Amino acid sequence: MGKPASGLARQASALMTWVDKRLPVTEFWNAHLAKYYAPKNFNFWYYMGSLALLVLVIQIATGIFLTMHYKPSANEAFASVEYIMRDVEWGWLIRYMHSSGASFFFIVVYLHMFRALLYGSHRKPRELLWVFGMFIYLVLMAEAFLGYVLPWGQMSYWGAQVIINLFGAIPTIGEPLTEWIRGDYFISDATLNRFFALHVIAVPLALLGLVALHLTSLHEVGSNNPDGVEIKEHKDEDGIPVDGIPFHPYYTVKDIFGAAMFLIIFAFVIFFWPEAGGLFLEHDNFIPADPLVTPEHIKPVWYFTPFYAILKAVPDKLMGVLLMGMSVMVLFFVPWLDRSPAKSIRYKGAWYRILLFTFAIAFIRLGMLGMAEGTPAQTWEMRLWTFVYFAFFILLFFFSKGGKTKPVPDRVKH
Amino acid sequence: MNTINPLKSLLLATVLLSSPMAQAAGDAAELEPAGINITDLGALQRGAKLFVNYCFGCHSADYMRYNRLSEDLALTEDMVIENLVFSDAKIGETMSIAMDPDQGEAWFGKAPPDLSLVGRSRGADWLYGYMRSFYQDDSGAWNNTVLANASMPHVWWQLQGIQKAIFKDDGHGNQVFDQFELVSPGSLSPQEYDNTVRDLVTFLDYMGEPAKLKRKSIGIWVILFLSVFAFLAYLLKAEYWRDVH
Repeated sequence: MGKPASGLARQASALMTWVDKRLPVTEFWNAHLAKYYAPKNFNFWYYMGSLALLVLVIQIATGIFLTMHYKPSANEAFASVEYIMRDVEWGWLIRYMHSSGASFFFIVVYLHMFRALLYGSHRKPRELLWVFGMFIYLVLMAEAFLGYVLPWGQMSYWGAQVIINLFGAIPTIGEPLTEWIRGDYFISDATLNRFFALHVIAVPLALLGLVALHLTSLHEVGSNNPDGVEIKEHKDEDGIPVDGIPFHPYYTVKDIFGAAMFLIIFAFVIFFWPEAGGLFLEHDNFIPADPLVTPEHIKPVWYFTPFYAILKAVPDKLMGVLLMGMSVMVLFFVPWLDRSPAKSIRYKGAWYRILLFTFAIAFIRLGMLGMAEGTPAQTWEMRLWTFVYFAFFILLFFFSKGGKTKPVPDRVKH
Repeated sequence: MNTINPLKSLLLATVLLSSPMAQAAGDAAELEPAGINITDLGALQRGAKLFVNYCFGCHSADYMRYNRLSEDLALTEDMVIENLVFSDAKIGETMSIAMDPDQGEAWFGKAPPDLSLVGRSRGADWLYGYMRSFYQDDSGAWNNTVLANASMPHVWWQLQGIQKAIFKDDGHGNQVFDQFELVSPGSLSPQEYDNTVRDLVTFLDYMGEPAKLKRKSIGIWVILFLSVFAFLAYLLKAEYWRDVH
């Protein structure tokens, strides 16, 4: 094995042994990176997980610097954000990284979830992995909503008003519940203060805990792959999956490349298109919150609009809220709704391609309609796509069991 | 091999879905593009001068500091103090005004809003349209086709002159705006007036986000760096993956 170890290398190795006897660093490194075997056929969609982790780090790092200058008070919040944008050295960059980071978080998470639907990554034995992922998604939505209120612009204020009032639709406890959330009879300084506390500490803690569970669960069952076959079923004499490669260095170097490509797009938005035409930073949010002036057109940020459209599609408020809640909750059950013998879309029949494709269109179209003004024609279209959205899950349940599949290969192919 | 390319289908879906939803933005679609260029230093300087001379009496710019003007508009601090500061404000102070908002409300029906961020909340095209769309109605009062019943009078009527709005029937019995008719010319020709408005809007757009001047020039270098990094990362990946493929 090459040259004899130098004195320095020997000392380093002795130090590692010393540490390993007290903290299982090498063991952890091997279990999760150097000897964690991942299928060799990951494609584009498999970048999203590591990118989500990258965005999480970006959000935490930039968030820490924002809290150094931001003031969580109704009188000062808006001005402190402008102070960050104008007077804090590189403050504009930190703020744009954080505001664009929020949108990019949802972009990569939506693509990550779609990947699971493509290749059946939620199917047995990865149901819990998916469920933890769904909890991450829920917590992320809470985190994004709370954060959006902090700049205290018109859309922050009135968006919060609309969302919190949704809880008011619940019979009996609705009204007291909204008061309890706001800490006041209306959205006020008290609301802003508690939202700040939740946004910077409570929810991120929950998020980190869930990410740890998500990853632990992933590394217990191992990654799925575009062919949807289990690489653990074919091991060599050393017990290593034949179609697996060590995560490190193969996927670490691959993910570094993926991160670089992602950062190019991210940098393009931050430096050249930070408002994204009003999608990432809404124009009305550059007007300070004014409880006396309702903006003409209140809408949530783009990543909530598909669900907002489902809410608006229903004439009755309570029913709308219930349907909107169901539209998110139903996703938890996808691992059990899909009963096809094949996991991956590659070996499911045309029925799944058609179902998933229409579902994706329904989701995007609902998102577009959710930010539109809501003409009667648009309302009817929202109803149509809401129907399509829910039909996906029902049809999936019934078609998947008997739906045609192609023979699933024994080993991964490409 | 009959496989589908999910990425391609997604792209196809996106194309299918790009219907003209943007028109839902309403009247914004009818605005003429302002055609501003915020890297035009001359326009920024003229715009700053117009702003402090005409707008600043009633509108504050509370988030903007005077010394930022000297930094970004290639002016010395003395030049800023001499030409752009009319109060005893110091160079590091924000561009605030003495008018009390309550008083403003009493005078105009609505307190004149702070204009620091109007370039971002309204956008350049809206501002350009707004400043060119004041007209005198039949009762002699000021109105505006971009913001109907605006509380603000036409501050620049001496420059633009007085115009009347001609309305026409839209075929459904509604009166819609057709065109303006200049009834009494001002001290500037329509072309000169448009250029003046453009200068002001250039300044307002800059003031909405002073970092805009910097961020684009920095962004080019960041993206160049990341591109080189991505290329090297790709080579590294390809090198490692040779024994997998």
